[in-house]
Amino acid sequence: MSGFLQKYGRIIVIAIPMIWLIVFFLLPFFVVFKISFAEIARARPPYTPLFSWEDGRLAISITFDNYAYLWEDTLYIKAYWSSIKIAFWSTIFALLIGYPMAYVIARASDTKRNILLMLVILPFWTSFLLRVYAWIGFLKTEGVINAFLLKIGIISDPIIMLQTDFAVYVGIVYTYLPFMILPLYANLTKLDDTLLEAAHDLGASKLMSFLTVTLPLSIPGIIAGCMLVFIPAIGEFVIPALLGGPDTLMIGKVLWTEFFNNRDWPVASAVATAMLVLLVLPIMWMRRVAEEA
Amino acid sequence: MFFRILTIIGFAFLYAPIAGLIFYSFNASKLVTVWGGFSTKWYGELFQNEQILGAAWISLKIAFLSACIAVILGTLAALIMVRFGRFRGRTLFSGMITAPLVMPEVITGLSLLLLFISMQALIGWPVGRGTTTIVIAHATFGLAFVAVIVQSRLVDMDQDIEEAAADLGARPLRVFFDITLPTIAPALVSAWLLAFTLSLDDLVIASFVSGPGASTLPMVIFSKVKLGVSPDINALATIMIGMVAIGIFCATLVMLRTGRRKPNHE
Repeated sequence: MSGFLQKYGRIIVIAIPMIWLIVFFLLPFFVVFKISFAEIARARPPYTPLFSWEDGRLAISITFDNYAYLWEDTLYIKAYWSSIKIAFWSTIFALLIGYPMAYVIARASDTKRNILLMLVILPFWTSFLLRVYAWIGFLKTEGVINAFLLKIGIISDPIIMLQTDFAVYVGIVYTYLPFMILPLYANLTKLDDTLLEAAHDLGASKLMSFLTVTLPLSIPGIIAGCMLVFIPAIGEFVIPALLGGPDTLMIGKVLWTEFFNNRDWPVASAVATAMLVLLVLPIMWMRRVAEEA
Repeated sequence: MFFRILTIIGFAFLYAPIAGLIFYSFNASKLVTVWGGFSTKWYGELFQNEQILGAAWISLKIAFLSACIAVILGTLAALIMVRFGRFRGRTLFSGMITAPLVMPEVITGLSLLLLFISMQALIGWPVGRGTTTIVIAHATFGLAFVAVIVQSRLVDMDQDIEEAAADLGARPLRVFFDITLPTIAPALVSAWLLAFTLSLDDLVIASFVSGPGASTLPMVIFSKVKLGVSPDINALATIMIGMVAIGIFCATLVMLRTGRRKPNHE
């Protein structure tokens, strides 16, 4: 027994998580890919089989209609484009807010750093859904922000914020901010102080040494943080569903509607496949940066 | 400095909505912005809501099981990544444990559901969908988060003790259980808690792979929240946030205490 373990132990240890991931992570994508070539049917499950036996012969029925439909109906192209746009700008805003925070945390004294870091992580542990929900009460027309602004007299009529793209931006930046801060922080703590001292000794101003030393060295952290925000934000469903309006187009919401409301599984699969193709490059880029770091 | 002011604004941005939620959960009035006096009636109503209590119980069961599976598989995955060197399929393997971290939930949910349906048609398992399928789905993405946490702990860990044990003739399994496991135990606890929290929180994937009779807490919350703000959800949120805050507070205390004790031992 122990001889057997010695010989095959390594392979067994690798095989257990490997098989789990292949079956429950990799294989499902192929199933989605397969069903994206099927036709919708009134059956359970509601799509036609690709392969069937007819008179002892294998019959293959593949249709590209679902993809053609994605291309022809402008809704989908628009939704993809608007998802990229929303994810892109949210990422930029998260970076602009997250970078100074990560910088200050990384430079703080030990005790202060631990407390600040805990404050960044804490929201991450509380329910995502409830944090998005919290913004409904803030952004509503009769919500907290409008009540406050009306009271101090900055505005005379409430601003409509909920169910707009603005609310979606706020929601994404808010919920994904810790994902931006943490990799940036991890990168910025590694910064070698002697480099900054050298820059200072050579006469560089604080701003100059930030721009020429700190910022270029933190690029891997910036990329990691941006990818952790951008990629999941593209397929975001909860935020546009709760904070966005009926004309907020995001591909995650479109896929959800296609699946749950229209019950068109093949088209939903085609939408998912197209989204995956869109995400493959950024995911691969992120992995390369992560491995180099 | 300029960055400091931005940081304070940033933290205000992170905490204001949570503070608002807690504040208004004690509001007697049903209207959000109208303060109708202090009241705990929404908490009372919450504990009489059978639907929410039932869903919470289902969610806790799923989170417990999936976190356990995720920790076992994720720890193995981390060990493989850090200690096993090169092997065939390593690139594929590392890809499969990083991709779930960023994969949009709608894709994971849809693809797993279609897999479960195909599997049922082919091999007759899993029969229907419900808690089992949700546990599998949550364990799969929890695994990736566990692997990240355990990997960073393993990288930091002093390998000399493991090597010493091996040199003294301990078998790999013995080295793992006697030395590696106790050393990484704190990381395993936080990884388990993270997997547990993520599972408890998931709406999208659970909605796809769930079946009749298995509505999780986020699914019930979502169906209520879609209609707008409701005071009993504020109360529920406050309880959940309070539990997390207490948990993190205790964890930090333990960490600070062990951190302080360490220098004396060395």
